[in-house]
Amino acid sequence: MNAIEVQHLTKTFGKTTALGDISFSVAQGEIFGTIGPDGAGKSTLIRSLATLALPDSGTIQMLGMDLLKDYKTIRTKIGYMPEIFSLYQDLTVEENLEFYASLFDISIADNYQIIEPVFRQLEPFRKRRAGKLSGGMKQKLALSCALIHNPQILLLDEPTRGVDPVSRKEFWNILGDIKKQGITIVFSTSYMDEVSICDKIGLFNKGKFLCIGAPAEIADEFADPIYLIKSAQLYKVLLKARQWEGTRQCYMFGDSIHIVFKDGSYSPEALKTFLAEFADAEVSAVEANIEDCFMNLLNSERHG
Amino acid sequence: MDKIIEVQHLTKKFGNFVAVDDISFDVRCGEIFGFLGANGAGKSTAIKMFCGLSRPTSGTGTIAGLDINRQFEKIKQHIGYMSQRFSLYEDLTVRENITLFGGIYGLSRSDIKAKAKVLLEKLEISHKADDLVSSLPLGDKQKLAFSVSIFHHPEIVFLDEPTGGVDPASRRRFWEMIYEAAESGITVFVTTHFMDEAEYCNRICMMVDGRIKALGTPSELKAEYGCDTINDVFCKMAVTATRQ
Amino acid sequence: MRRFLIFVKKETLQILRDYRTMLIIIIMPIVQIILFGYALSMEVNNIDVAIYAPVRSNSTDDVAAKLISNKYTTFKGYLDKSTDIDRLMKSGDIDIALIFSPDFNKSQVTQGLDNPTMQLVTDAVNPVISRLSTNYILQIISDDVATSSPVKITSKMLYNPQMLSSYTFVPGILGLIIMIICTLVTSISIVREKETGTMDLLLVSPSKPLMVIGAKMIPYFILSCVNLASVLILANTLLNVPIQGSIVVICFISFIYIILSLAFGVSISAISQNQVMAILISAVVLLIPVIMLSGLIFPIDNIPEILQWISVTVPARWYIDAMRKLMVEGLPLIACWKQVLILSGMTVFFIFVAVKQLNSKIKK
Repeated sequence: MNAIEVQHLTKTFGKTTALGDISFSVAQGEIFGTIGPDGAGKSTLIRSLATLALPDSGTIQMLGMDLLKDYKTIRTKIGYMPEIFSLYQDLTVEENLEFYASLFDISIADNYQIIEPVFRQLEPFRKRRAGKLSGGMKQKLALSCALIHNPQILLLDEPTRGVDPVSRKEFWNILGDIKKQGITIVFSTSYMDEVSICDKIGLFNKGKFLCIGAPAEIADEFADPIYLIKSAQLYKVLLKARQWEGTRQCYMFGDSIHIVFKDGSYSPEALKTFLAEFADAEVSAVEANIEDCFMNLLNSERHG
Repeated sequence: MDKIIEVQHLTKKFGNFVAVDDISFDVRCGEIFGFLGANGAGKSTAIKMFCGLSRPTSGTGTIAGLDINRQFEKIKQHIGYMSQRFSLYEDLTVRENITLFGGIYGLSRSDIKAKAKVLLEKLEISHKADDLVSSLPLGDKQKLAFSVSIFHHPEIVFLDEPTGGVDPASRRRFWEMIYEAAESGITVFVTTHFMDEAEYCNRICMMVDGRIKALGTPSELKAEYGCDTINDVFCKMAVTATRQ
Repeated sequence: MRRFLIFVKKETLQILRDYRTMLIIIIMPIVQIILFGYALSMEVNNIDVAIYAPVRSNSTDDVAAKLISNKYTTFKGYLDKSTDIDRLMKSGDIDIALIFSPDFNKSQVTQGLDNPTMQLVTDAVNPVISRLSTNYILQIISDDVATSSPVKITSKMLYNPQMLSSYTFVPGILGLIIMIICTLVTSISIVREKETGTMDLLLVSPSKPLMVIGAKMIPYFILSCVNLASVLILANTLLNVPIQGSIVVICFISFIYIILSLAFGVSISAISQNQVMAILISAVVLLIPVIMLSGLIFPIDNIPEILQWISVTVPARWYIDAMRKLMVEGLPLIACWKQVLILSGMTVFFIFVAVKQLNSKIKK
């Protein structure tokens, strides 16, 4: 059974369409990542699943229940972590957790084994006020609070925003641990590299999914030839490479350039000749990753 | 002058807390210099000192050849500053923002008008010149904010986590603007949470617990620490932090 | 100088953009003036009076005639029995009852034959109104009653013959509105820039903090002058409060007070972390002393001594004092030298504090 089943979900705010006819499903125990830029409607999607935003049309089924009819039951079975960490800054770590536990008539001890993977690192700071924690610690406390009532579905809205790379890496590991307990996780992010922990992703832009699927599937669908250019004069090479007749798209990628050819009729050797003035420029084949896919989908959307 | 920033033994204390602990480094004219560090490593405190917003507890340094201990008011004439969170007045129009910041930096009215026209065309937002900034998409806002921060053609521009929350295409267009600015002779000093962006920099510097732990070109650092990406280097560095 | 004007323009644009807030700022004083002037009036407007006199005489008829002819009193007639007084007062039909002893007759009195009495019964549910009404009635009928005693008492209400409360309220409202609006808008506008971070942007630019703050004050100063004008015009036309003193002098003192309030707002912004705190401090914390300790409602002489001492530090007290002297009494500027001096001193003090706090914020 799918933990989440969304059909033709639409939500508008005045003239702006936050969600335009979205359908997708998340299987039990999966990690589903909604990846897209700010303002694309990710938060609205997560809020709809969290029973906080009423859809204009479409249906949402959570754990086999209809969201509109059984929202009260659903609420006890989901954990939601909003974009702005929902903590009481002036209460201590322990008091925050106790409060959220008491909302569900349980004590911390009842479900300690569930939050243990997250809470372990917070243990030494039990008596510290939440407002005095670092960004990464706040994030972990917020996650503990969302987990304390042993939910079956965890909804995380931009959990890694403004958190440094080390804390982000830790956070992924934690999500992996939580997944092992059979909890379904849906989260949103604007970081492309976070696909690595997802079983399934949806690339999201302007209220719509550009594509949905397992990360490897999506990467496989990338049909056009894609190559990588290395050079010490990256910016100059980039500008030059854009002028080549075979270039469809060309952009920086880490310490190199990714270039997508218009079709198979162009060869990397021809490109190499075109870039002859840059002696150190190397062209080699590369596999498209999710970021390439996103760029490609955005590009084809823009140019029809 | 080939060094735009030169600091020696720069230290900043808040009571007993040493936010920036004896840092010495320099930034060359025209380079893109990445300044990395975990939250609370002392990045913001250091940038505040470079921008003349805060005085060092001890240590010396020059920004654009001006003493950071004495000529901080003059320094402000020579720098630009942008941060992702805030940088434009949302309740003013695009044109009003440009005019305001151009005027703050003492550009003449005719200068502002001429440069604004070129800028708006370059950003492809001429038709939105009289719209409120709040109505622009985030990607356009960031590009506009950056353009405004270098509108007076400063010698160095400080970018405090300038990107974030935009799609990968917008992020790249933003970085191309940074390259373009560097080509035109503006030194770019940038902090970021995106480690792939750190790869775009000419040189990077990593701060841990208020000290500089590593400094060099991205390839130097990767070779030195035996990592494939800057992200791995960063994680290797950051786990040595003891601050909580 | 050009930079300064650019800043003034930016502030003006921002105020105009946020037209809802601007409307509130402009309409609030008008609503308050109307509220205080009409709805919450504490003045004698229409007193319903009845007379209970077991024996009607020329004297009692004289009194009744006076009550009928006075436009602020309504004579409700003679009562048949004394128990009617209680009944009619409870039903709200009468506010005051006059009870004359059966032997009450002026002619008899003058002959010194008897010992006539008149009793005045009043509905004291609202003690302020009842005291005012009592005084007013006594004044009207004083000729008839007072002549009965060997010493003739004549009292006369100076400056405010009808005891109109708007006379005292208008300067009070001015003092209140200017203080609240000026501190609120300046502190919010500065704290908002701190919150969004644009303040940092201005600080790293070559513009001086003092200039940034100065430029913020100008549009709000003008807005406050609009308020001052609207209150004065409304008071004069709608509430018929005469402006006795020189309008130039009134504006002069108001300008000092406006600058003082703006500087105070800047000081508040320095200690406020966010807009909510700025609102709390300027609106709530400030409102109570201004209402209680400025003489706006309770005369300063009537409050406990310790509070009288505290009230010395409330700028609104001195402003309201000066405005009453100038507007209602029509005294020249020289009569308020003390108030002007104190207000100017306070203004200098707050500007000093504001600048000092701004500088310390940056040096850190």
